[in-house]
Amino acid sequence: MKTQTYSLNMGPQHPSTHGVFRIVLELDGEVVVKATPVPGYLHRGIEKLAEARTYTQVIPYTDRMDYLASMLMNWGYVAAVEKLMGIEEEIPERAQYIRVITGELSRIASHMIATGDYAGNIGGLTGFTYTFRDRERIMDMFEMVCGSRMTVSYFRIGGVAADLPDEFFPACRQFISDLPSMCDEYDGLITGNEIFQARTKHVGIITPEDGINYGITGPSLRGSGIAYDLRKVRPYSVYDRFDFEVPLGERGDCFDRFSCRIKEMRQSARIIGQALDNLPDGPILAKVPKVIKPPAGDAYAEIESSKGVLGCYVVSDGSPKPYRVHFRRPSFINLGMLGKMCEGWKIADVIAILGSIDIVLGEVDC
Amino acid sequence: MGENLFTGIAAWLSALLNAAGVPLIANDIILMVVKFVAILVFILVNVLWLVYMERKVSAYIQCRIGPNRVGPKGLLQTVADIGKLLSKEIIIPRLSDKIVFLLAPVLIFVPPLMIMVVVPWGRDMAAVNMNIGVFYFLALASLSTLIFWMGGWSSYNKYSLVGAMRVVAQMVSYELPLVLALLGVIMLTGTLNMNTIIEAQRHTWFIFAQPLAFLIYFIAGVSETNRTPFDLVEGESEIIAGPYTEYSGMGYAMFMLAEYANVMLVSIMCTVMFLGGWLAPFGWTFIPSWFWFFIKVYVMIFIFMWIRWTYPRIRVDQLMGFGWKVLVPLSLANIFVTGVGMYIYRAIGW
Repeated sequence: MKTQTYSLNMGPQHPSTHGVFRIVLELDGEVVVKATPVPGYLHRGIEKLAEARTYTQVIPYTDRMDYLASMLMNWGYVAAVEKLMGIEEEIPERAQYIRVITGELSRIASHMIATGDYAGNIGGLTGFTYTFRDRERIMDMFEMVCGSRMTVSYFRIGGVAADLPDEFFPACRQFISDLPSMCDEYDGLITGNEIFQARTKHVGIITPEDGINYGITGPSLRGSGIAYDLRKVRPYSVYDRFDFEVPLGERGDCFDRFSCRIKEMRQSARIIGQALDNLPDGPILAKVPKVIKPPAGDAYAEIESSKGVLGCYVVSDGSPKPYRVHFRRPSFINLGMLGKMCEGWKIADVIAILGSIDIVLGEVDC
Repeated sequence: MGENLFTGIAAWLSALLNAAGVPLIANDIILMVVKFVAILVFILVNVLWLVYMERKVSAYIQCRIGPNRVGPKGLLQTVADIGKLLSKEIIIPRLSDKIVFLLAPVLIFVPPLMIMVVVPWGRDMAAVNMNIGVFYFLALASLSTLIFWMGGWSSYNKYSLVGAMRVVAQMVSYELPLVLALLGVIMLTGTLNMNTIIEAQRHTWFIFAQPLAFLIYFIAGVSETNRTPFDLVEGESEIIAGPYTEYSGMGYAMFMLAEYANVMLVSIMCTVMFLGGWLAPFGWTFIPSWFWFFIKVYVMIFIFMWIRWTYPRIRVDQLMGFGWKVLVPLSLANIFVTGVGMYIYRAIGW
């Protein structure tokens, strides 16, 4: 019998491409022969826009990159500018701790969406609502802290915008003490499910070599068993003071990447607990000039975002506006291997693999 | 009260027509039409209610509230939705096979409605008491495969085509264990008449005599209705909506409503074959038989919904493997064990 392959255009309008991502699939029946990712449908030119704004005005744009972990996006940019100005050491202790607390809360929120959304991708929509219910409490806390839920713009060059309000502390403590039971619930509903495991185990494997060669970072790399977490290997801010583990996977399949995220949430809760216990008093903003004019030069800073290593490269020509800003977006770089990973799997697996990398289109297209 | 409510109405109508001097044949025809219309109305109203029930059940499972705005407790939500869908433009893809495309959502309701005719809703309450009822039921139920395929093929959309291919593969693979599972019950009773099968369960429901058959039937039934974990046909997160992708407005609504009619059918069959149909358990005959029937059907429907909102979706090759490598051999083994058991029972003269 003579058969032929056909091409299926998945996206940019598709229920589970996490926004407006597009993959052109060459299919043989249900089996993927070739997958070509086509990103770029949400490109807003944030890097170019930044060149026409002052250094502080760029911060709200970073919120809109990975809007699920906007605190961490703020942090990446702010860290680079601080490095450029040479005031890294002058950031007050309290600001550093607040950054850790809000940053880790942001990481938990992002991983919750990744977890719930992944359950939805596999076809079990119920997991989605449970993680969203719990994420709502983080959003409420962010609202207390800065008045905004998603696009926080909370970090400032030299510190943070406002001190933590009193009502934040009981809410946060209650949340981190509840988090282990929430994770148990996700494990019971999603991770432990027979069908879920059959769908994700041994699917879309990233070998350690491939992971390194393609520059994959974050939980997607740690799922393959490589302990590369910037908070551990190159501690920035005050991360060297906390006691936490880096959860690792074994096989590097979708299931490992997924379960790494749930384990990371538990570790983040540990970090927040320690940071709340040791939160020092003092100012929350370093003494920075009203108009920020870093000396001419360039600086590159990296932080561990929820999706991987977020790098920010800032070039200054001595004016109040950055000459050039570039972001190393982990979602975008982790996508590099998608085409190779999808080959030989079924249509349903393409969704499972894409979901397991956990991308946010705002960050991919920037 | 109520046991003879519906049969009483039928008898009264018949007597009325008789008294009015209507010839016997016309009397029969009129009664038949009345029964059919009653079933039709009942099914459609029930489907509306099932959509609402599904939304409420799913909301409860997902810690949400569910529809609560339109009408008391949101009861009129489905009516409002259908009203909205009716007013929508029906979009026909330019390159589609227009006749087949338009015919599919109309035909999709035909098999469920035809099947309902033989269902024994209560004592003496089948519109047609057919002596090959089970066979008729199964034969018509498999027809809907064709209609899904019509929709998927004529849409001129690759997602629809993939969905339609899945329909055919899935339905054919799971029809087999479904029928083979029912065969165990049919062997025990030696009849295809639904009423006789129910009467045979007066002492033991067949769920206890044929537990494996019940399980196989249940799993295959979930697959027959294309619901999670076997909702590959619709596969929302993979292939948008499968065969319904190109349908809009009422065409889409018809497919959705037919899904609920099918859920009801599978539950009805389950009740008739395994749960004693309209027989009252524990001798609680103060509740009318037709009411018992609905209680049992709705318990089954609730379990279907419960499963749907708890499980993720299985993959297409796993689905095929499970059907052919697990369910079919198991149902064959069930038939074998049933046969051997019956032989031994007769040999020792029970």
